[in-house]
Amino acid sequence: MKIADKNTKAVDLVRAALEKAKKYEDYHAFISMNEAHALDRAREIDEKIARGEDAGRLAGVPFALKDNYLSPEGHTTAAAKMLEDFPAPITATAVARIEAEGAIMIGRTNLDAYAHGGSTENSYFGPTSNAYDKTRVSGGSSGGSAVAVALDIVPFALGSDTGGSIRQPASFNGVYGIKPTFGTVSRYGVVAMASSTDTMGCFAKNVEDVNLVMSIMAGKDAKDSTTLDDFWTKPLEEAKPSKKKIGLIKDFMGDGVDEEVKAAIYDYADKLKKAGYEIDEISMPTLKYALAIYYIVVPAEIASNLSRYDGIRYGLRSKNAKDLDSVYNMTRDEGFMPENKRRIMIGNFVLSSGFFDAYYLKAQKARTLLINEYNKAFEKYDALLCPVAPRPAFKIGENTSDPLQMYLEDVMTTPPSLAGLPGLSVPAGKSKAGLPIGAQLVGPRQSDQMLLHIASEVEE
Amino acid sequence: MSITREDVLHLAELSSISLDESQIEPLKKDLDNIVNYFSQLDELDTDNVEPTYQCFDMQNVWREDNIEEFEAKRDNLLALTVESEDNQIKVPKVL
Repeated sequence: MKIADKNTKAVDLVRAALEKAKKYEDYHAFISMNEAHALDRAREIDEKIARGEDAGRLAGVPFALKDNYLSPEGHTTAAAKMLEDFPAPITATAVARIEAEGAIMIGRTNLDAYAHGGSTENSYFGPTSNAYDKTRVSGGSSGGSAVAVALDIVPFALGSDTGGSIRQPASFNGVYGIKPTFGTVSRYGVVAMASSTDTMGCFAKNVEDVNLVMSIMAGKDAKDSTTLDDFWTKPLEEAKPSKKKIGLIKDFMGDGVDEEVKAAIYDYADKLKKAGYEIDEISMPTLKYALAIYYIVVPAEIASNLSRYDGIRYGLRSKNAKDLDSVYNMTRDEGFMPENKRRIMIGNFVLSSGFFDAYYLKAQKARTLLINEYNKAFEKYDALLCPVAPRPAFKIGENTSDPLQMYLEDVMTTPPSLAGLPGLSVPAGKSKAGLPIGAQLVGPRQSDQMLLHIASEVEE
Repeated sequence: MSITREDVLHLAELSSISLDESQIEPLKKDLDNIVNYFSQLDELDTDNVEPTYQCFDMQNVWREDNIEEFEAKRDNLLALTVESEDNQIKVPKVL
């Protein structure tokens, strides 16, 4: 990515990004722009450089921010009516760290409301179009961020990934997207979805940029007690895999997976072979249960996390409410999208007395079996390879009447999330119709940089 | 297991969401489909398996008991509410 210096002005970088955002407005990648503030920031960076001061590792680099990260400029909406007019009183740690290195937020990107979804169609503000075909979905939930990078509006964008929300839109739009190990980047100041699987990551056009942005965001934060000590510390060339062996998950290469997707994954495996990797096709029979586990565990956590939207302390309060009960009930009816309601209600179902053991507890036990299966695979392999999604980007509106069908699109991205593992979505070619296809590399906890190292060896 | 209209109404109450009539039937159908999808987990033998509630086996994370300044001021936070008076949030009548 281009970084501002004596010859490259931050103001020019930011202006170019804003102009491109305007040019591609009809894709609806952004919910709101941050023009005036971004240009002010750019001028400050340029003055710093002119004075000979260090302006940071991302000096003057424009970036796009998924609209579920809190930062004081404008409104942080989470693409929900509930937060349509919400001015964030705090700054997310990830944003503070990126901005401290000189990066400049030019706008806030679209998502499925509260990050609930895999197509960005659940946004209160309407869907984002795919960068390669306007009639198709951008993927989601971080669809706007993926499209902003794919259209070269910005060199990187931040996203969040709870069950595929970075990896899948990265794959649908032909860019790199990383969901780091759980606990890598602080979640402080990001609208909570599911506390045991929420992770913060980024999109970029190449491995080096992903590594740079993540190395800045990663590390312990006293404001998020689940953060790990900073492990994102090596030069990428030193993050070498020890076994040079990769397992190709054949359970995700069978029926129901698009032929062109399978061909792209086999091609990617061939490239890895040429780079000196041994590829074994392996079976991991518990992975196919991950989707059911995910849609029990995650809604349970959503039901709990979204109980804070009560119409009292911040966000929407229904104008029709007459008493305290109706403040709660009517605000939540008006402020949530249908998918938010479904997830909250499923969560309360699996947690309710009489069903807790059969669903919630059963799922958390099955989650242990899933983790055991991964651990066993990593005894033999550095990383696992499979598609990101069963097929390329689908049509806008194709799945909206059938929520279960929409969930099934997440079958390959939810397993690593439940185990806290890092997952990297790598561009792996295009379909005959010109739609991007992504390959997914998954490694053991804290092997994030090793995944990037592997991808760098076959990067085009 | 099938989700009934009464289940939907009960879950809406637990979720503090008031549903108008037009939302009930679609929710019943969708929730029923989703909950039935979960039944595949019965195929897994989970006897004697411990549940995983969090991936990293973290225990309590402690910090020194020092007062730290919060980045947002009281006035900024109160400004987020619909109505406040004398540093208190106003809500409609409770009883």
